[in-house]
Amino acid sequence: MTISLSHFSAAVVFALFASIVFGITQRNSTMEQVKYGLYCFALFVGGVFLAGWVMALIRR
Amino acid sequence: MAKPTTDKTDKSKNVAAEPEYPLTTMAVVAPLVGWLIPGGGHILLKRYGRGVLLMVSVASMFLIGLGMQGRIYQPNGGDILDILGFVGDVGSGALYFLARIMDWGNVMAANAAADYGKTFLIVAGLLNFIAAADAHHIALGKKP
Repeated sequence: MTISLSHFSAAVVFALFASIVFGITQRNSTMEQVKYGLYCFALFVGGVFLAGWVMALIRR
Repeated sequence: MAKPTTDKTDKSKNVAAEPEYPLTTMAVVAPLVGWLIPGGGHILLKRYGRGVLLMVSVASMFLIGLGMQGRIYQPNGGDILDILGFVGDVGSGALYFLARIMDWGNVMAANAAADYGKTFLIVAGLLNFIAAADAHHIALGKKP
């Protein structure tokens, strides 16, 4: 079985699973876990967009 | 006689006593089970929801990594980076041993997807180490 993901989709999948684990392990209550997981996911994906724009600007 | 300004005994009395968490059998068994079976430590501690989510997350990352032709590191890599890669990979516990037995991930593909796959495999193991440590804290009573 071969999975072919683009760079962006691989980064989003990575962000999703890493955020779930971070949320569960780094906070105590369920609501805090959900909030922290979403926060981590937003930072991961935001970082992807930021790095993408930085690379695009460098390339010009 | 003037009272000394820095009285260590008084200072230590003001500090709130740190609660003690005695090491129990479950505090040893839960992280071991959690390492071997991702999420298993939480399930053993009756945190079913968290356990299943951890299991799905770690197993998915590991399987996606394999699907992307990621390489599984072996313990006798020789190079320091290979040893670090092995430490990351072995964090997935039974998934790592299953992959070694089935000879999965024994590829030397030189493309970007394989490089991402290798990273997925290592990070799945490292996340499972964090999950096992979390199971230890729950078993100790440090975390609800």
